[in-house]
Amino acid sequence: MAYRLIGKNFTPPDIEAKVTGTARYAEDFRADGMAHIKIWGSRMPHGRVTRIDLSAAERVPGFLGALVPDDIKQPKPASQAILTSEPTFYGEPVVAVAAETEQAAADAIAAVVVEMELLPFVVDPLESLKPDGPNALTGGNVTGSGIDLQTIKWSGRDFAMVAEGELPRGQVPVEWTYGDVEAGFAAAKVIVEESFVQASNAHHAMEPRSAAAYWEGGKCHVWGSTQSTAFAQPGLAGLIGIPLEDLVFVAEFAGGGFGGKAGAYPLMALPALMSKKLGGRPCLLRVARKEEYNNGYARAGFQGWAKLGFRADGRMIAADVFTVQDLGTTTGFPDFNGFGNALATIHQPEAMHYRSIPVLTNTVPKGAQRGPGEQQCANMIEPLLDKAARELGIDRVALRLANAPGGGGQDARYGGKRDPVTSAYLREAIAKGAEQFRWAERVADSGTRTGSKVRGYGVASGFHTAGSYGFDGLVRITPDGILHVHTGVGNLGTYSYASTSRIAAEVLGYDWSRVVIERGGTARHLPWNLGQFGSNTNYTMVRTNYVAAMDAKAKLQEIAAAALGGAAADYELRDERVVATADPARGLSFAEAAQKAIEMGGKYAGQALPEDINPMTVASATAIAGTGLVGVAKDTLPQTGVVPGLSASFVAVDVDVETGRVDILECLSVADCGLVIHPQGLAAQARSAAVMGFGLARTERHIYDPAYARPNARGYHDAKPMTILDIPAEGLHWAAVDQPDLVNPMGTKGIGEPLEGSASAALVTAISDALGGHLFNRAPVVTDMILNAAEGLPQSHKPLATNTV
Amino acid sequence: MDGIGPFDPTVGYPPGPAIREIGPDGSKIPLWKPLHMSRRAFLRGVVCSGTVIAGSAYLFSTATAARADARAVERMLRLTVNGRTHTVDVPPNETLAFTIRYRLGLTGTKIGCNSAECGACNVMVGGMTVYSCSTLTHRVRDKEITTVEGIARPDGTLHPVQQAFIDELAPQCGFCTPGMVVSAVALLNVNPKPTIEEARLALSGNLCRCGAYDHYLRGVMTAAERV
Repeated sequence: MAYRLIGKNFTPPDIEAKVTGTARYAEDFRADGMAHIKIWGSRMPHGRVTRIDLSAAERVPGFLGALVPDDIKQPKPASQAILTSEPTFYGEPVVAVAAETEQAAADAIAAVVVEMELLPFVVDPLESLKPDGPNALTGGNVTGSGIDLQTIKWSGRDFAMVAEGELPRGQVPVEWTYGDVEAGFAAAKVIVEESFVQASNAHHAMEPRSAAAYWEGGKCHVWGSTQSTAFAQPGLAGLIGIPLEDLVFVAEFAGGGFGGKAGAYPLMALPALMSKKLGGRPCLLRVARKEEYNNGYARAGFQGWAKLGFRADGRMIAADVFTVQDLGTTTGFPDFNGFGNALATIHQPEAMHYRSIPVLTNTVPKGAQRGPGEQQCANMIEPLLDKAARELGIDRVALRLANAPGGGGQDARYGGKRDPVTSAYLREAIAKGAEQFRWAERVADSGTRTGSKVRGYGVASGFHTAGSYGFDGLVRITPDGILHVHTGVGNLGTYSYASTSRIAAEVLGYDWSRVVIERGGTARHLPWNLGQFGSNTNYTMVRTNYVAAMDAKAKLQEIAAAALGGAAADYELRDERVVATADPARGLSFAEAAQKAIEMGGKYAGQALPEDINPMTVASATAIAGTGLVGVAKDTLPQTGVVPGLSASFVAVDVDVETGRVDILECLSVADCGLVIHPQGLAAQARSAAVMGFGLARTERHIYDPAYARPNARGYHDAKPMTILDIPAEGLHWAAVDQPDLVNPMGTKGIGEPLEGSASAALVTAISDALGGHLFNRAPVVTDMILNAAEGLPQSHKPLATNTV
Repeated sequence: MDGIGPFDPTVGYPPGPAIREIGPDGSKIPLWKPLHMSRRAFLRGVVCSGTVIAGSAYLFSTATAARADARAVERMLRLTVNGRTHTVDVPPNETLAFTIRYRLGLTGTKIGCNSAECGACNVMVGGMTVYSCSTLTHRVRDKEITTVEGIARPDGTLHPVQQAFIDELAPQCGFCTPGMVVSAVALLNVNPKPTIEEARLALSGNLCRCGAYDHYLRGVMTAAERV
């Protein structure tokens, strides 16, 4: 089918504001009498507050008020509080003050006296699992999504029975198996067994999580920075302690999130609570970079062990994997699930045994970060595939082709439960990439040395579940004929809020210039949409906008039948008119139909609504009722299987064995994202995901002082995200399989996350390739590791150490 | 400890990344000198008198603004931003980013790190890009300052860099974009036909956590064809 809008580039309506500086982010909020908030963060990694003295702070000129933990409703254990009396990581907020100016607030914070009693703390998960190891929280050391807070200690025997550098493997709360793993290993020609580490790293969104709020007329108005305009609202209302209908939320732009602003978070609610204390006075919390590090979440680090068995043709027939996830101090995100499910999906081992234990440490809370679990899996497992290929004497791409799901994915299965998938073309992505990259020809140069530089090539795959269902769509045609697409998708910068809104225009046959996207806050009357995270937006909100547009289409036909006679089925949509199929001259313009809808009322104008839509959608549809033809529906389209976003990346590097420098020469990423609905947006995601992946592979990591658990990578300079000089000037390429998903009505699915993981792991394998297949079993692969490997020297870190190297 | 110290007071430029060691006119721009001094201590330290320093009134503060003292005249300065001259009351320890954002209400300039690492706060001072978060406002009095809001023509016509950034879908989250626009325009002002390498160097002081560098670079090169 030829689409008018799908698959075409367009100019997103918000982009001009970004280049002119008129885009308003949370910290750009201004109001008369605005007070400024500063927070006092813990100086201890884990402690109990014994005394708070605000007397000196109250004497600072301009001081307006303070909040202490007793003023705040405290969450359940292993959850992050807005303010806490038992901070569990350095920098966790304990006290907040408001003052006339930010300087006065800073002076008042400097005058706050907090006395604390030091409690046991730990930064390495394995240390906490030792028989006498400290617990990061008073109530235990192990928790996680679906796992109660508890204490688990491994025995001395668990630690003693493994070889030096091998991951101990004791009791775990997560375990699943499918197939006959032992039989697989018995039949394997090659078995690879390694232990490994993936470091944690900060999200470090460019916009810190600043927020502003005031109260007026019983409503709480909040300016926040979030990836998810609709989805964040219930959580934020809960943090503030108000019903959802009393929240007025504005989040038109978000200066980055990467999972760290997926929904609401504690600091977003702080200005609202302070404003309430000050009688509704506007309050702005400007979060500084280092405060953002402390409170802005991080990717969970992993320590792990894997034993993989392969047939002679490279097919993975058995996998036994054990991971230890660094949770930080909260239940965090179940990266442990993502790790195991990614391996099981990308490589489709015939039998697999997976064990994992998420462990609390006194490091910053971990949240979902782009490809949570999947990226760590890619960086750790892909080098092991290379080792297997070398031992089997087969090409590294050939080994991946032997395992990758493809051909549509009818035989592919997702994760440990072996659920079906909606489509899978990873094999095709790898093959396409190998051809476009000229893999077979170029890999002959692997290890070629020119001066001090050695050439290496890498290949890897990426995965993330990339779609959901069951949310609502809301569109409106006003009597001027304009289509309004209401979307609760956030504005993370992928422009999928717009590309998915174009689905409604496509269904109704609209000229794009006559479409208005209503987004960015409650005043725009948003439907209940899933957040802009998890690579789901394309798949999920294509469905919601499709069902809303189909509802509008049906209503247009019914209105035409009512006005002009005949049955609804006698009418079709053509050039923004609803016309009789038999006589296209007989019909109504959409503008006329919208006016008719207002006159007819009821379901046509949003006064009668479907019973199955979410209360947020009910409120929004009710607010716009009577202003036009309202299309509103819950996505009840058929859904079978898990939606896999898949990708393959190919990287070429020169590794300078005298300096440890890595020049990334080229990266090609190939996406299996179903039908491409916005090519330029996909290009931007493919290239930028590679950049973020390079940081994950090469430079970004948390480092804590092991003696005091103080973080040392709180700024950009220390955290080392990639700069423009770290990437090839003209070497980032992309392609797409462009095969439609078999379940989504428009054949599309998400891709933002897989592209980072595949590029990252391809870089790790390329560096390893340049060094003759040397396995670092650790990411990021930093410069001193490369130098040590090149010179045959031992590494300066202990094999499984994390957070401290 | 932030490790950020004062820069050479005899040179009218703030510290910047190593790549900016040589200015477009060949003048040397000093690198910063890391000192064991916190940013806060540094900002306090620049207040040379013994008067209370907690009076940095922001635009909407009335309490401290009303607290006139003997230094009030010294704090007044003329600031020319985007062609308009403002007379503003600025404490000596205030950075240009805060003056622009909180006194002049020009919120296009972003504060991403507040420590000269990310470039989201880049503005032009006398045609040179500077990190406004690490430039004291009193240091740039009587100089021509251009923020992202001053890049387009008064009639709203976008600068070729802005239009090219749109055409190349360069911004993602957009928080670094104002700084990218300023850096790119400053480059093309002095070097209308840069090589790719020169364009990369010009943007090397700007971080983009989304990783959209490639599309920004394409934008600069596209704009160069149109200038």
